[in-house]
Amino acid sequence: MVAHLVRLKLTLLRNALRRSPWQVVGLVVAALYGVVALAIVVGSMVVLSVQEPDIRGLVTVLVGSVLILGWWVVPLIAFGVDSTIDPARFVTFAIPRRSLLTGLALAGVIGVPGVATVGAALAMAGVWWRTPTALVVGLLCSVLAVATCVIGARATTSAASALVTGRRFREVMAAVAVLPVIVAGPVLGRLTSGAAITADVLEHVADLLSWTPFGAAWAVPGDVAEGQWGLATARFVIAVATLAVVAVVWDRSLAHALVNPAHQKVSSKGRGLGWFDRLPATPLGAVTARCLTYWARDPRYALAVAVVPVLAVVLYIVSPGGGVLLLIGPLAAYLMGWGISADVAYDGSAFWTHLAAPLRGTADRLGRVIAAGAIAVPAVTILVVGSALVASQANAIVALLGLSFGVLLTSLGGSSILSALVVYPVQLPGESPFQTKQGASTASVVSQLVGWLAVMVVCLPEMILALLAVRGGSVALGWVTLVVGVVLGAVLLTIGVRVGGRTLDRTGPGLLSKIMAFA
Amino acid sequence: MSNAPALELRGLWRKFGDKIAVSGIDLVVPAGSFYGLVGPNGAGKTTTLSMATGLLQPDFGTVLVHGHDLWVNPIEVKGMLGVLPDGVRLFDRLTGEQLITYAGLLQGLDRETVAARATDLLSALDLTADATKLVVEYSAGMTKKVALACALVHAPRLLVLDEPFEAVDPVSAANIRDILRSYVRSGGTVIVSSHVMDLVQRMCDHVAVIAAGHVLAAGTVDEVRGDGSLEDRFVDLVGGRVSGEGLAWLRTSSA
Repeated sequence: MVAHLVRLKLTLLRNALRRSPWQVVGLVVAALYGVVALAIVVGSMVVLSVQEPDIRGLVTVLVGSVLILGWWVVPLIAFGVDSTIDPARFVTFAIPRRSLLTGLALAGVIGVPGVATVGAALAMAGVWWRTPTALVVGLLCSVLAVATCVIGARATTSAASALVTGRRFREVMAAVAVLPVIVAGPVLGRLTSGAAITADVLEHVADLLSWTPFGAAWAVPGDVAEGQWGLATARFVIAVATLAVVAVVWDRSLAHALVNPAHQKVSSKGRGLGWFDRLPATPLGAVTARCLTYWARDPRYALAVAVVPVLAVVLYIVSPGGGVLLLIGPLAAYLMGWGISADVAYDGSAFWTHLAAPLRGTADRLGRVIAAGAIAVPAVTILVVGSALVASQANAIVALLGLSFGVLLTSLGGSSILSALVVYPVQLPGESPFQTKQGASTASVVSQLVGWLAVMVVCLPEMILALLAVRGGSVALGWVTLVVGVVLGAVLLTIGVRVGGRTLDRTGPGLLSKIMAFA
Repeated sequence: MSNAPALELRGLWRKFGDKIAVSGIDLVVPAGSFYGLVGPNGAGKTTTLSMATGLLQPDFGTVLVHGHDLWVNPIEVKGMLGVLPDGVRLFDRLTGEQLITYAGLLQGLDRETVAARATDLLSALDLTADATKLVVEYSAGMTKKVALACALVHAPRLLVLDEPFEAVDPVSAANIRDILRSYVRSGGTVIVSSHVMDLVQRMCDHVAVIAAGHVLAAGTVDEVRGDGSLEDRFVDLVGGRVSGEGLAWLRTSSA
């Protein structure tokens, strides 16, 4: 059974590669990253292996701890855990849970991060080649550590998604829960920037880590090499206990998930017609009303809004009272304007409703833009004024408003074109926020990058003006920025909506068939 | 153009990758008919109906709705069409009432008309009690019914319904059949696709049998079925019945 699951994973990978050349490109790029990272680790371990044992112990514990911590935490914030083999698919098969767990864990190693981790772990055991006992123990502990990585990632994500699915906006809570993790980096940076990192501090940290679930397994071979069998046993017990705990956590949440499939309860009742009653009874008004309703009811949109205050906090921590905070206005403008760049993909196959109706592409585009703008304009204004006051640079407000509105209008225009051209698989409403979609990454990264560059380039006039105005403290130049930003932005938005609308009239059926093919 | 057929498909082709889903379908649906489209799984019914309603671009061929070319004047023609596709999502974060309103407003109806019709449709389809619930919480049958309401709200001249009775309870299905019959009596045209031969035989006056992307037979139900039942005729045309005992091991009786 275990072999079946591993083979299934390999078959899925091969089929995905066969389906699209972009998948191959994505895998090659990822593999390159993996090879380079692995080469660095192996190279440094070779150098390290001829150093004193206590230095070897220090470095392996530090690197190893980062590795395990990364596996546990990164899927929560960034990439999600690979969902090609979803445990829920196996509900109807009578597979003993033990085989299912083992198989899924082994399948989790297949892939660039898994292979790179195995390589790195073996290299870190190889550091102890001069002491055969330590080498043997080290290899055993590396296997233990890799298992802790893979199973730990499954445990944290499944435990977290059990927490966040259930009720609407739980996904937003997840974003808020991530806040301490995002903030931790800058805070640590500030704390340590005063005192230079000395070998002493590192030794202290490594010593501390070697008693935690993250470092214990990596510390064991060092203890063995020094003949400290008591310490080695104690840390080995910690490492084994860690693996046992994450395995039990995963097992429990899997057992729960198998009999209680993720079902999002949206128990709130709509009252009346909401926005449909308040906006004009035209196709354009209807699209706007629908989008506004979705900004409030669909967690995926709400998440885009929830990121903005998090960002403000991060910028404030990076430099309290400094100029960096002033960036929040334009940044939020870009994020919220660009937030509708995957709007058709977010609609999913429900987009047929627009195709079946005699709706012009421009009305579709404009409705989405108005809804996003209705939320973004007040939010950006508040952020600009607030950040300028906090940074006590009130005379920069006008220039920053000019820049922010310019960026907002331009990115709304850019989104209107992009979302009429490209769709890529996105999370369906109600899906776990910790799952990544096959094939999503490359297409989305490329289109986001191109769009980002394009918006940057066409926003250059107000960027330069705003920079000059804020640097020189010139209010007059600030007003010029405002006029240029709004006028230029409005022109670009008009072009974006026109071009996007005409494009959508042409591409609409094609986009729908692509979306249907993702499902 | 009043004599033009409600729907005319001329030489429709559609390929997905290497697979040809629809290969040269010609079909004439007379105005005022209740037209059934039957065929085995994967015959190309959904693909054909998607191309006939503007949801899927044909590789070749023309779609004429009451004499107007759909793919040349999509905006003008789509107002005449009411569509219920199969296997797609709805904007399910809206309430049932909002969704019907949305469909009506997209068709350009005014507020009062939409409100009145939404109320009528909700009560005709037995959804009034759930009007303020989000569609995502609806059961499969309720979702089908609210999608049907969206297709009906602008009183189209031609209704294209893909599997309209799937997952719908018998009482609601009977109500829907009544609605459709009176709609046809008043001059509208309905096309339904279905797997249930019996239903098509009782409900429709015309039928087309599609398999492997071709039309195998088309005409009035009596023409197509001849002396036998529609189901027998269908099996004759399509083939694929497996005779004999089969699956001898699938017997749980220990006698």
